[in-house]
Amino acid sequence: MEERKENNNLAGVRHIILVLSGKGGVGKSTVSTELVLALRHAGKKVGILDVDFCGPSIPRMLNAQDKDVHQCDSGWVPVFVDQEKSISLMSIGFLLEKPDDAVVWRGPKKNALIKQFVNDVAWGELDFLFIDTPPGTSDEHISTVDALRTCKPFGAILVTTPQAVSVGDVRRELTFCKKTGLRVIGIIENMSGFVCPHCSECTNIFSKGGGEELAKHAGVPFLGCVPLDPQLSQSLEQGRDFMQEFPQSAAFPAISKIVVQLLEASSSSNS
Amino acid sequence: MSDAQTPNTGVMRIVDCPGTNSSEAGKSSACQGCPSQIFCASGAAAGPDPAIQEIKEKMKMVKHKILVLSGKGGVGKSTFSAHLVHGLAEDETKQVALLDIDICGPSIPKMMGLEGEQVHQSGSGWSPVYVDDNLAVMSIGFLLNSPDDAVIWRGPKKNGMIKQFLRDVDWGELDYLIIDTPPGTSDEHLSIVQYLRAAQIDGAVVITTPQEVSLQDVRKEINFCHKVKLPIIGVVENMSGFICPKCKTESQIFPPTTGGAEKMCQDLNITLLGKVPLDPQIGKSCDKGKSFLSEVPDSLAATSYRKIIQRIQEYCDMHLYHEGINA
Ligand SMILES: Nc1ncnc2c1ncn2[C@@H]1O[C@H](COP(=O)(O)OP(=O)(O)OP(=O)(O)O)[C@@H](O)[C@H]1O
Ligand SMILES: Nc1ncnc2c1ncn2[C@@H]1O[C@H](COP(=O)(O)OP(=O)(O)OP(=O)(O)O)[C@@H](O)[C@H]1O
Ligand SMILES: [Mg+2]
Ligand SMILES: [Mg+2]
Ligand SMILES: [Zn+2]
Repeated sequence: MEERKENNNLAGVRHIILVLSGKGGVGKSTVSTELVLALRHAGKKVGILDVDFCGPSIPRMLNAQDKDVHQCDSGWVPVFVDQEKSISLMSIGFLLEKPDDAVVWRGPKKNALIKQFVNDVAWGELDFLFIDTPPGTSDEHISTVDALRTCKPFGAILVTTPQAVSVGDVRRELTFCKKTGLRVIGIIENMSGFVCPHCSECTNIFSKGGGEELAKHAGVPFLGCVPLDPQLSQSLEQGRDFMQEFPQSAAFPAISKIVVQLLEASSSSNS
Repeated sequence: MSDAQTPNTGVMRIVDCPGTNSSEAGKSSACQGCPSQIFCASGAAAGPDPAIQEIKEKMKMVKHKILVLSGKGGVGKSTFSAHLVHGLAEDETKQVALLDIDICGPSIPKMMGLEGEQVHQSGSGWSPVYVDDNLAVMSIGFLLNSPDDAVIWRGPKKNGMIKQFLRDVDWGELDYLIIDTPPGTSDEHLSIVQYLRAAQIDGAVVITTPQEVSLQDVRKEINFCHKVKLPIIGVVENMSGFICPKCKTESQIFPPTTGGAEKMCQDLNITLLGKVPLDPQIGKSCDKGKSFLSEVPDSLAATSYRKIIQRIQEYCDMHLYHEGINA
């Protein structure tokens, strides 16, 4: 009885997906943002729960920095990005008095807020809820997985960049998934090659192929390579909808392909 | 039990933690429901951990202690730390050490070419791993059995490890101890500052990349430094532009849409130590565990690293001088 009451707010959420990486700055928040935008264009209702308390990026990436979170009968009302309310967000960024405030919290405090974020946000009906995480395998990750235990998350997407330093950390994240019984939906290799806009020469600034190799080695699906794309980073800076505005850009087909695979995986799980 | 609260307006806000040393600790409205409230309110958190004194004794053998920090992940903290120690250790008369306190994502063993190395225990503590006679390294990576081992630890266990690194490692006499940190402002950062408070840290080098997504987190880190009274040596802007090797045109892959580190440093009145461009050879050297400074010494990025390292040395020399006067 108590269990069911706790996760009432997630009852209408069909697929919960964690976006993870052992490594920092590989594009977890970017992937969460672009997948949500692309799925919205595919007609889905989507949300992001941002559990990165020390460095929340999602509000800026979706141009929602100045929004507030309000309270309602069933809990906290998430922030809606668009008028149609097809994208909803929850982030500590919405709860800070000043945007530069540092959240200097040890584990227990973070864990308490994660419980609230998981249990108290009134998401309503959603096709997909992405959970954007900080790097690592510590308090935020353990607590999120614990808090979600009763509602069976759909799985985790792991993001890496191609070079060995990053792949090494993501290997450890795979172990985390195995230990916590979290299904790995697949691995994305981000920042994979850069095509010079002037001469079309491709430079592998962060090397190439490490993510794909890791997927093969670990026996998990490989979802694709997303190249370095200045139009993507620029869009994220300004909170613009890359998936709508830049269909010609280098990263667009790669992200679209990931979305197709995600939709396939989720529809086969429904039957 | 609620960290976030609803004032009369109906808008949810986090009321900030007053800090464990504040007289408000455990009593502010922010403390209601905080699981640490009991510690804070009782003053236990501010109370002396005997390790702090032991660490102070140990650190008397270490002339300069520098933290490498960033609010943002993947901006190049570990890469910079690795090259800072390589650069400092080029002077064979200096003893240099690198301590990696990124417990869940240790990159230092690979970057320093020390993967698979182990730590040995001796009568005088844990022996660090040596790259050269004058360059020692310690990381949790040396304590793991396999590259797949995940360190799935909550805060207190991470803090215990950091305490051991500071108290139990036999560094010997050191000129420089460089400490590489994970991103953020959480357990690892609070612990390292707390444990080294009595021993005095020279300051922090803050790493960022040029775009606002990174700077917005770095401003938080700078606020953290102010809060815990950690001096800031300066800021390094990394991944600052990319010059195409074929046509030599520069692309802003991570665009400084709000003026980059330069503008931030002006606004906050802190030193910009320099900018390091994106260079594919840096990642390659890191993956091979080699120093980019000796692999590609004539590159723009290597020159820039060297200038920054020199400025940090100058800062430390000044610092020592001031301490000498105050003593
Ligand atoms: N494919 C890409 N092309 C260009 N820029 C990218 C790409 N992917 C990510 N970025 C940029 O790289 C930076 C880091 O990405 P992001 O913030 O998503 O990483 P993260 O893994 O969430 O980082 P953290 O560990 O700090 O949470 C951002 O400024 C983002 O805009
Ligand atoms: N100037 C540069 N040019 C090209 N590659 C770079 C540069 N600086 C760092 N890198 C590469 O970028 C990646 C991230 O760097 P690094 O691991 O040092 O970041 P970090 O801030 O320590 O990350 P984390 O937050 O995960 O600890 C590494 O693969 C590194 O080789
Ligand atoms: Mg992020
Ligand atoms: Mg690092
Ligand atoms: Zn070119």
